[in-house]
Amino acid sequence: MIHVRGLTKTFGTVEAVRGIDVDVSAGEIVGFLGPNGAGKTTTLRMLTTLLRPTSGAATVAGADLFADPVAVRRRIGYVAQGGAFGPFTPVGNELVLQARLYGLSRAEARARVTSLLTALDLAGAEERTTVTLSGGQKRRLDIAMGLLHRPTLLFLDEPTTGLDPQSRANLWDHIRRLRERDGVTVFLTTHYLEEADALCDRVLIIDHGRIVAEGDPERLKAEHGARTLDEVFLAVTGRELREGAAA
Amino acid sequence: MTALAVLTGHYLRASFGSKVSLAFGAVQPFLFLVLFGPLFARSGVGSWAVLVPGLLVQLALTSAGMAGFGIVFDQRFGVLERLRVAPVSPVTLLLGRVLRDSLVLLVQAATIIVAGYALGLRAPLAGVLAALLLMTVLSVGMASLSYAAALTMRQELFAPVMSTVVVPLMLLSGALLPMSLAPAWLDVVSRLTPFRYAVEGLRALFSGSYGSSAVLWGTVVSLALAIGGLALGANRFRWEKA
Ligand SMILES: Nc1ncnc2c1ncn2[C@@H]1O[C@H](COP(=O)(O)OP(=O)(O)O)[C@@H](O)[C@H]1O
Ligand SMILES: [Mg+2]
Repeated sequence: MIHVRGLTKTFGTVEAVRGIDVDVSAGEIVGFLGPNGAGKTTTLRMLTTLLRPTSGAATVAGADLFADPVAVRRRIGYVAQGGAFGPFTPVGNELVLQARLYGLSRAEARARVTSLLTALDLAGAEERTTVTLSGGQKRRLDIAMGLLHRPTLLFLDEPTTGLDPQSRANLWDHIRRLRERDGVTVFLTTHYLEEADALCDRVLIIDHGRIVAEGDPERLKAEHGARTLDEVFLAVTGRELREGAAA
Repeated sequence: MTALAVLTGHYLRASFGSKVSLAFGAVQPFLFLVLFGPLFARSGVGSWAVLVPGLLVQLALTSAGMAGFGIVFDQRFGVLERLRVAPVSPVTLLLGRVLRDSLVLLVQAATIIVAGYALGLRAPLAGVLAALLLMTVLSVGMASLSYAAALTMRQELFAPVMSTVVVPLMLLSGALLPMSLAPAWLDVVSRLTPFRYAVEGLRALFSGSYGSSAVLWGTVVSLALAIGGLALGANRFRWEKA
């Protein structure tokens, strides 16, 4: 589903991503984790055709990132770290617009929006604006935006950052259901190691633009004689992921 | 093509949904028309048919020039990024907005012209319609450049920079007083700015001299601005090379 070789991104003198290799198979939920500034968002924005890589090669959802970015866009969904809705427009209008950009008719778009909102426990939210929604509701709305065109691969950038534990667990359930019901492959970033532990089949740990560890969470913990992924992170980087953090 | 219609429709509904801001956009030229027009018409400098085309260019410059302001918010809230990840060409993303801006401008311009007729403007209908067309081409260029600027410069700089840039461009275009009155140096500087040609083209159309070189130059410069603006603007919607 994703095959990346030697992907780099340099902003002026900042080497945000320094040659990473990534392979994700269909149906996996893969966690891309690392501290703030590690290069997670930059990687995602490259893989979603938003940002031109400095070098490297990538196939995303079966299409070459450089040769056919439009085919990539048709097949992927992207939920950005900062959301996708303006604060004052009714969210239904925005969702219908986006669906129609993928070629749905107005009626199809409306039906799709209604069913997606229902599936994400947001039934009837069409006329609301995001300022009236809770953090968890807003995040589910962002996910709805990314799913309108039934992508086979979904990129989620820090889907649960800032949410309370209950909303976070709720969102995990929705993400699991996506895979189980629709077979969607999920590539998500997080800096919560316990999230990667609970949700992901496999994790890639990125630090300073390099992948420093990779594997299924249980195996990683066993390999490093660690009880949690936080301890794995400490073992491979010599640093705490978050100051004073404990999983 | 469908994507363009969908986008333009979406933006038009948003713009025409807010009648207040729609009307507000035409307030400034309207004030010039009512409070400055009678003075101008009696000054011996020119008639209403000289002033109204100038006000249209002023309107195009200020309202299309500030068009990019809207995208600053879309950029900040992730709306733009979400549109850019859809399988829609950058030109379509730009044109959807620009067509909306031009249509809004057209409605405002028509209002100004009707008010002008009420105040004493005499101009042939064919000339006025041709002038509206030319103004639309000009506004496509101006709005595109405005979006390009908004997507290039730091967000907080856009409003102050653009509102400052528009002032000399407007003064040098001769929109308020014809550049035939200008000292030689000012006339030369004025000829280096594109809107001078648009103003003179519009005035020629309002006076019915359709075959004049002013119309030709006005058309050529406006078209060049539109094509250049669209190319530059669309480039800013493409994936970031940063
Ligand atoms: N547009 C940009 N221009 C310059 N530097 C950037 C840009 N985007 C990200 N960076 C830098 O690249 C590095 C990685 O950032 P990012 O990918 O956002 O990290 P993460 O998402 O893991 O927190 C940081 O040092 C950040 O400051
Ligand atoms: Mg990030």
